Amino acid sequence: MRRVVITGAGTVNALGTDVAATMEAMREGRSGIGPLDLPDADRLTIRIGAQVRGHDPAAHFDRQRIAMLDRYAQFALMAAGQAVAQAGLTFDGALADRSGVILGTSGGGLITQDDSYREVYAHGKNRVHPFVVPRLMNSAAAAQIAMAHNLMGPSFTVSSACASSNHAIAQAVQMIRTGMAPVMLTGGAEAMLCFGGVKAWEGLRVMSNDTCRPFCATRSGMVQGEGAGVFVLEERDHARARGAEILAEIAGVAMTSDAFDIVMPSQRGAERAMARALADAGLDAGDVAYVNAHGTATAANDRIESAAIGRVFGARTDGLMVSSTKSMHGHCIGATGAIELLACIMALRDGVVAPTANFVAPDPECPLDVVPNKARQARVTACLSNAFAFGGMNAVLALRAV
Amino acid sequence: MTTDIRARVRAIVAEQAMVDPSDVTEDQTPADLGVDSMGLVEAIFAIEEEFDIRVPFNANEPTKSGFDISSVGAIVAAVERLVAEQKG
Repeated sequence: MRRVVITGAGTVNALGTDVAATMEAMREGRSGIGPLDLPDADRLTIRIGAQVRGHDPAAHFDRQRIAMLDRYAQFALMAAGQAVAQAGLTFDGALADRSGVILGTSGGGLITQDDSYREVYAHGKNRVHPFVVPRLMNSAAAAQIAMAHNLMGPSFTVSSACASSNHAIAQAVQMIRTGMAPVMLTGGAEAMLCFGGVKAWEGLRVMSNDTCRPFCATRSGMVQGEGAGVFVLEERDHARARGAEILAEIAGVAMTSDAFDIVMPSQRGAERAMARALADAGLDAGDVAYVNAHGTATAANDRIESAAIGRVFGARTDGLMVSSTKSMHGHCIGATGAIELLACIMALRDGVVAPTANFVAPDPECPLDVVPNKARQARVTACLSNAFAFGGMNAVLALRAV
Repeated sequence: MTTDIRARVRAIVAEQAMVDPSDVTEDQTPADLGVDSMGLVEAIFAIEEEFDIRVPFNANEPTKSGFDISSVGAIVAAVERLVAEQKG
């Protein structure tokens, strides 16, 4: 079977506008969560989030392009540009013909929708910007990346709420494995921190108003983030033949559905996803030193995810490091799995395991080594990255060091 | 006023539980009535709309929210207090 490696990575999120800055924040256990700065924030009950601060579109795109780009697509393009630059690839000829992009997102151009609805409903206008549709499409960011990098193979968007990125990455892996594409750009992008995007979430009563404390006894819920993570995935022999630097191998992927509840997670669904990712990668539980958890800091997710990890890893749970970097970059919804993959790459390449920040006290219902507050040096040769979405749609990636 | 709030809260809980309001008693818990955590969130939303009040409630830490949901009677009392505080 063809093997799939990562040869480029890019990101924009609350911790930084590139991979180096993001990893530095993760090493320091620094959280990007703070007061939300957005229109009508005074009418929100939940007023914190992990925002990308100081983002200036004009520093990255010219006027004509900005008119076509929602914030989520801007993040996606910036991350993709970094990833392609690192990979050192130029897409032309047969490579361009067959390479593509599969991106995860949940809200797509939600800020464009929010702004446009405000104009017509709140301000009584009878006209919106002519490019509302090309900006808000859930496929817009993938299309913009394809245009920017001349990717003419399979390109589309995957949407499975909080597992969108991992589902997208799993699709890209499968396409390279089958030989459909030699190189795929993949990951996710989300920009949901607008009045409507936060208002919708606060209605569910699962959001924290102080900070995100995954697996902590005093955890009080989710905190939203935003951003993008994009990776260049490449068939291993293709990468080796051109002497590319390989960041890590995506050795296994698995996708399961709970077929249970639209918001409540199921332990069994999470177990099945983790176990199948291990099997797909040819890994035993004992090979894995680190799990980047879904770890949303809701009461339900963290309890159930902990139980699922305990079942899958059994006696190997002792000595297993499990952290949730959502404590730092927030829950970036459709982009979160991609941003969290950076913590996996850091563990595999640099031997640094990102911590669970904001941790105060252990919860007996989450009996795991959650790497509280301080990053840890450790030799990690394989790790898992979990994503368990509303709707019970789970996608787990298994990574191996090279 | 008190009777009115009691009746309106009971009607909201009954609607969520899909039972007749006369079958809702003060000592029942939401769970007794088959109302799960998401049903409770929806009932609290209905209470906020009905009384034009803001109910503090976080499903992750329901006992710390200052809104007692331990029984129908407790919910009625909590709504009476919030109405007095916010509409008084």
